[in-house]
Amino acid sequence: MSVKLTEDMLKAFPDARGHFGDFGGRFVSETLMDSLMTLEKEYLRLKEDPEFQAAFDKDLADYVGRPSPLYFAERLTEETGGAQIWLKREDLNHTGAHKVNNTIGQALLASFLGKKRIIAETGAGQHGVATATVCARLGLECHVFMGAEDVQRQSLNVFRMKLLGATVHAVESGTRTLKDAMNDAMRDWVANVDDTFYIIGTVAGPHPYPLLVRDFQSVIGRETRRQALEKTGRLPDALVACVGGGSNAIGMFYPFLSDETVQLYGVEAGGLGIDTGQHAAPLCAGRPGVLHGNRTYLMEDENGQIAGTHSVSAGLDYPGVGPEHAWLKDIGRANYVSVTDDEALDGFRKLTHVEGIMPALETAHAVAYAIKLAATMDKDQMVVINVSGRGDKDIHTIAQLDGIGI
Amino acid sequence: MSRIEAVLKNLKSESRKALIPYITAGDPAPDQTVALMHTLVRAGADIIELGVPFSDPMADGPVIQLACERALKHGTSLRQVIAMVREFRETDTDTPVVLMGYLNPMEAMGYEAFADAAADAGVDGVLTVDLPPEEADQVAPLFAERQLDPIFLLAPTTTDERIRAISEHSSGYVYYVSIKGVTGSASINVEEVASKVAHVHELTALPVGVGFGIRDAKTAAAVGRVSDGVIVGSVLVDTIARNQADPEALNQALTDLLHPMREALDSLAQ
Ligand SMILES: Cc1ncc(COP(=O)(O)O)c(C=O)c1O
Repeated sequence: MSVKLTEDMLKAFPDARGHFGDFGGRFVSETLMDSLMTLEKEYLRLKEDPEFQAAFDKDLADYVGRPSPLYFAERLTEETGGAQIWLKREDLNHTGAHKVNNTIGQALLASFLGKKRIIAETGAGQHGVATATVCARLGLECHVFMGAEDVQRQSLNVFRMKLLGATVHAVESGTRTLKDAMNDAMRDWVANVDDTFYIIGTVAGPHPYPLLVRDFQSVIGRETRRQALEKTGRLPDALVACVGGGSNAIGMFYPFLSDETVQLYGVEAGGLGIDTGQHAAPLCAGRPGVLHGNRTYLMEDENGQIAGTHSVSAGLDYPGVGPEHAWLKDIGRANYVSVTDDEALDGFRKLTHVEGIMPALETAHAVAYAIKLAATMDKDQMVVINVSGRGDKDIHTIAQLDGIGI
Repeated sequence: MSRIEAVLKNLKSESRKALIPYITAGDPAPDQTVALMHTLVRAGADIIELGVPFSDPMADGPVIQLACERALKHGTSLRQVIAMVREFRETDTDTPVVLMGYLNPMEAMGYEAFADAAADAGVDGVLTVDLPPEEADQVAPLFAERQLDPIFLLAPTTTDERIRAISEHSSGYVYYVSIKGVTGSASINVEEVASKVAHVHELTALPVGVGFGIRDAKTAAAVGRVSDGVIVGSVLVDTIARNQADPEALNQALTDLLHPMREALDSLAQ
């Protein structure tokens, strides 16, 4: 089933209870309800407040360095021999990923709400770094929760966060990855709800987080739309973005949802292969359930226990996904696919070799799929990859896989 | 009248307070849970809150997190927990049992299948930590048709308007969470809890149980003085953890913990 989404229809999602069709909502313990309702009310007010929006836009321009370029990857296009491949360069943002668009927005919200203590969860560490960065700049106390396994495989980012003045809490419970970091962040929030603002790093969590994170990240798609029209006189035929929680993907997709001709591809982490069960692809292979405050597609066992995930990239290693993606999947507006660890690593090497751009391992999933996709398309068509982040943080992982000690 | 309502009414008529212990089903092992439930009753429990283990217990501190991990290591599923209640009911038809847990296992089983099985096994109430009344429109009628009491939480942050609304969606009792925090965290400020619970009483006619932070006879009595019942969780679960290797010692330790609470609560009636 595919539905044509008009601008008017889009305004109805999420609805007043934060639902995108059957997904989303607000499934949290009672202690947090008041804070979430206040946050929703304040956000909806500030969203229309020119002063707030001007402050946000100014930071995006002068602190993040936006707009990020839309770059024609000529050599990659030639080698692929299909559609033109363009790159939206979120890797060039301050701190090296799209995550900062959101942390700037939420830190501004925190300031407007008078909260001085910030908490965040992080997987790859990019959101943790982006949060620690805005906290340093605004003089806010910052606590980052990170799965103990991720602390190990993303040690560079752990050190960056510490340099920025954040306290990094290694989470030892559960599977010691992103989902457990989010559990502990929620627990901290319940205990410190009066003075603490929780900066969630993706379009998941209870309403209004999926809404406000999407709004903050939508700058990616708005710029892409304008830049594509300026540079090529037309809209792209396909957009490709990796999907962990789904924030860089929704940020890219959202401003194009009512453009019927633009195909949307969200690329999940196929890990060792979907059929091995060792992956992190809830949209491709999961089913609806409730976790971390919202209803969405999840990886779980037959008893509703959340399943362990596997991906070579820490930032995609999450058993859930933002509820708006769950909805876009069900109404058929976006396509969700997966690529394996090995394919992603090939994508990483390819972009590095032919364009001199080293993508994050998360992004490498989008690169790998876009290359396959472009090869099946005509030369006069246009594919845009959202290069959500740069690969510096992953050098250790790559070296390790290559058996090189650095 | 539901079994929960009847028990609480009866206690009230004797000016007594309900003692409501919580344990996690399947901890330390599934074959011990029913025996532990009977132990709790013998030690003075009026109602049992039986935790359904979940892989991601977001509202719980380390003690109950570890209990969930122990239970899940044995593969304890929601269906098995319901079967435990059925077995418990073979010899105890008086003590109400409330299942306490998170929504996803219920969602995976299917709301209707869950409601059918739970009611049939003799479950009396359901407390779903991450299901506020706003999201309960699907389960509410299923529970109501089967006389399962939906029990919701009230927190220190809950506004008056919400206290009223939540009470309207609840039956049996409402559960006042005494602290801002997860289970097993800091000790409570009794005066603060007393004034808040008194205020809750003004806004609802339902009995008010108070949980989080009750760990001994003294706190039980202090909280019992202002509420209709006390819920005791982490300290029991911690006792289970420490005595898991020796079922007899465990029995004794649980009894030694609960019995003084029972006495302290009953002494309030005199
Ligand atoms: C560079 C990069 N891309 C993508 C992601 C995945 O997050 P999301 O799906 O929310 O964009 C991460 C997460 O850490 C990341 O660091």
